[in-house]
Amino acid sequence: MTQLADLSASDPRSLVSLRTISKNFGAVSALTEVDLDIFPGEIVALVGDNGAGKSTLVKILAGVLQPSSGAIAFDGAPVTLSNPSAALRLGIATVFQDLALCENLDVVANIFLGRELSPLQLDEVAMEVRAWTLLGELSARIPSVREPVAALSGGQRQTVAIARSLLMNPRVILLDEPTAALGVAQTAEVLNMIERVRDRGLGVVIISHNMEVVRAVADRIVVLRLGRNNGVFPPDASNHDLVSAITGADDNAVSRRARSVAQPRSLNPGRH
Amino acid sequence: MSPDSGHHADSPALLDRGDTRLKDRSGIAGALKAFADRVQSGDLGSLPVVIGLAIIWTVFQTLNPVFLSPRNLVNLLFDCSTVGVISLGIVCVLMVGEIDLSVGSVSGLSSAILGVLWVRLGWPPELAILAALAAGCLIGCLYALLFNRLGMPSFVSTLAGLLGFLGLQLYILGPKGSINLPYESPLVTFGQLLVMPAPVSYALAAVPGALTLVRRLRTARRRRASGLSSRALGGLLLEAGLITVVLEGMAYYLNFARGVPWMFGLFVGLVMAMNYALRSTQWGRSMTAVGGNREAARRAGIDVRLIYASAFALCSTLAAAGGLLSAARLASSNLQAGTVDVNLNAIAAAVIGGTSLFGGRGSAYSALLGIIVIQSIASGLTLLDLSSSLRYMITGGVLAIAVVVDSLARRSRVSHGRA
Ligand SMILES: Nc1ncnc2c1ncn2[C@@H]1O[C@H](COP(=O)(O)OP(=O)(O)OP(=O)(O)O)[C@@H](O)[C@H]1O
Ligand SMILES: [Mg+2]
Repeated sequence: MTQLADLSASDPRSLVSLRTISKNFGAVSALTEVDLDIFPGEIVALVGDNGAGKSTLVKILAGVLQPSSGAIAFDGAPVTLSNPSAALRLGIATVFQDLALCENLDVVANIFLGRELSPLQLDEVAMEVRAWTLLGELSARIPSVREPVAALSGGQRQTVAIARSLLMNPRVILLDEPTAALGVAQTAEVLNMIERVRDRGLGVVIISHNMEVVRAVADRIVVLRLGRNNGVFPPDASNHDLVSAITGADDNAVSRRARSVAQPRSLNPGRH
Repeated sequence: MSPDSGHHADSPALLDRGDTRLKDRSGIAGALKAFADRVQSGDLGSLPVVIGLAIIWTVFQTLNPVFLSPRNLVNLLFDCSTVGVISLGIVCVLMVGEIDLSVGSVSGLSSAILGVLWVRLGWPPELAILAALAAGCLIGCLYALLFNRLGMPSFVSTLAGLLGFLGLQLYILGPKGSINLPYESPLVTFGQLLVMPAPVSYALAAVPGALTLVRRLRTARRRRASGLSSRALGGLLLEAGLITVVLEGMAYYLNFARGVPWMFGLFVGLVMAMNYALRSTQWGRSMTAVGGNREAARRAGIDVRLIYASAFALCSTLAAAGGLLSAARLASSNLQAGTVDVNLNAIAAAVIGGTSLFGGRGSAYSALLGIIVIQSIASGLTLLDLSSSLRYMITGGVLAIAVVVDSLARRSRVSHGRA
């Protein structure tokens, strides 16, 4: 990775700034010269079509993947996130799209994995109490925290992954589709939680395909398209603008569908 | 919270009993029911091996009444300890989902190092022992290096080690072959004769039950204080009492013959230490996590390479320790040490005892239970004067059954959500 990219252009207030990040997987360039700033006390929504490179960008920030080129600054200082623990040490917590939980361990063990209390004589009682508190804050519907994660439903697992990310008082939280599998109440709780941590001054990145969720919480919407930056929007940007930035055309499946739904259907006059 | 907290209605609602779908499994009957649930969903633990052991003992006892005599059982425990220590190392590598096929050769090499340094070169025995253990540790580190840096599957590197270290053992023993260890030395006495005086054996047999009770009581008190459900006193006393009665009974029975071997005491001590390390330390938690989902463990910030290295190093060191014990048991370092069936017995014991070949699931106690099964078969067949050809076939068959049980249980766990 080259550190030569120009970090001087980054905003001095930003908590994390990425400059001209590129990532190649063999012949595929998943990301091309992407810039992103995360400010304290702000929720950034990262949107884009399937395969746009959102998860790849999050994995680079989490230290799971290394960029092919580009630079990352944390608190204004250049950093190299060469492995996940480097990112965790900086206080970057991540909920991955694939959740990354250990199915053979129970809920408590998963929440505390890598950060167990009293390493030489695990404090199971304190960990269980803390786990219940975190899960309670998220309105989790989990009957027992002593069951292996393999026994949980998709949404319950997602809640566990989110609780895990909140555990160590991070400074930045990256949420890759955190509400995709959640019920109505749990989604609302997660959105509340996101706003709460934002108000505590954390930087939050949320990836979602659900525009309702995005508009509800985001302070800024960053669009990725085919691995490149494709515009930054305020949360009240029109749907049309957002969709065309995401899909890259005025004439796209979403707008065509919107038009055809708006017009009365000539072929099927029986239905409204 | 919910009114369904049942009989806890008088106390404030418990933190972990809020969900109405949760069945109450707190009493003794509840504990039994919970156990039945676990077994049904494929979380068999050590149940198959206990049943298997009961069958094996009944069969051999009916075929030859000497089998369960105190004398034979004392010998059995001496024999268990050597391969058992090796098997304990196998549990470590299996926990992280890897394998070490070279433990037999490493144990043979370590016994050769002991013989050559101590007897031929006249080193003090303590130093020779340390050197042999260090060699084992070094071999483990080598496997870890090949695995972590070159991505060499442990199956291949340890298969190469199986042959390579056998060669090294033959090389350092030289053309003269076997070395007899001094018969009156403490090491050989330890391996062949040393048993606990009866009072000591009774005192030590009380330790596991007492430790269990103290730890469980402390946990129960802390859980109550934190507003979590806790196990009732009756159940705790019953469990600890049962453990103590069984162990004291065994000690009593063995004391009709020579008594409880110190070597077996050492083995059980190592098993208990390993159990603590795997269950109650961050290291053990990381081992389980790496075996369950390596990438998730890495993303949690665990140093996955270090965990693999610790598993391989521990396994080879314990293999070397087992080699030393078997040298003491045979009072010699010879060409056959570690070659015959040590390898497969050690691996078979861990799997038979319930440690999964698929990683992330197992317990130190599986080495203890598994090796008792294996040695029971060996001892029973020896008493029946059956040839080793038959012994190999039967041990192989038992290993196959254990692996089938492991795979079936895994499938059932997957379908019951207990991966
Ligand atoms: N490990 C990998 N190896 C090869 N190619 C990869 C890898 N990970 C991602 N890619 C490629 O990178 C591109 C971006 O993938 P990414 O997972 O970042 O998309 P995404 O925006 O998160 O999509 P989605 O909305 O479907 O989650 C895709 O074309 C994908 O095929
Ligand atoms: Mg994605």
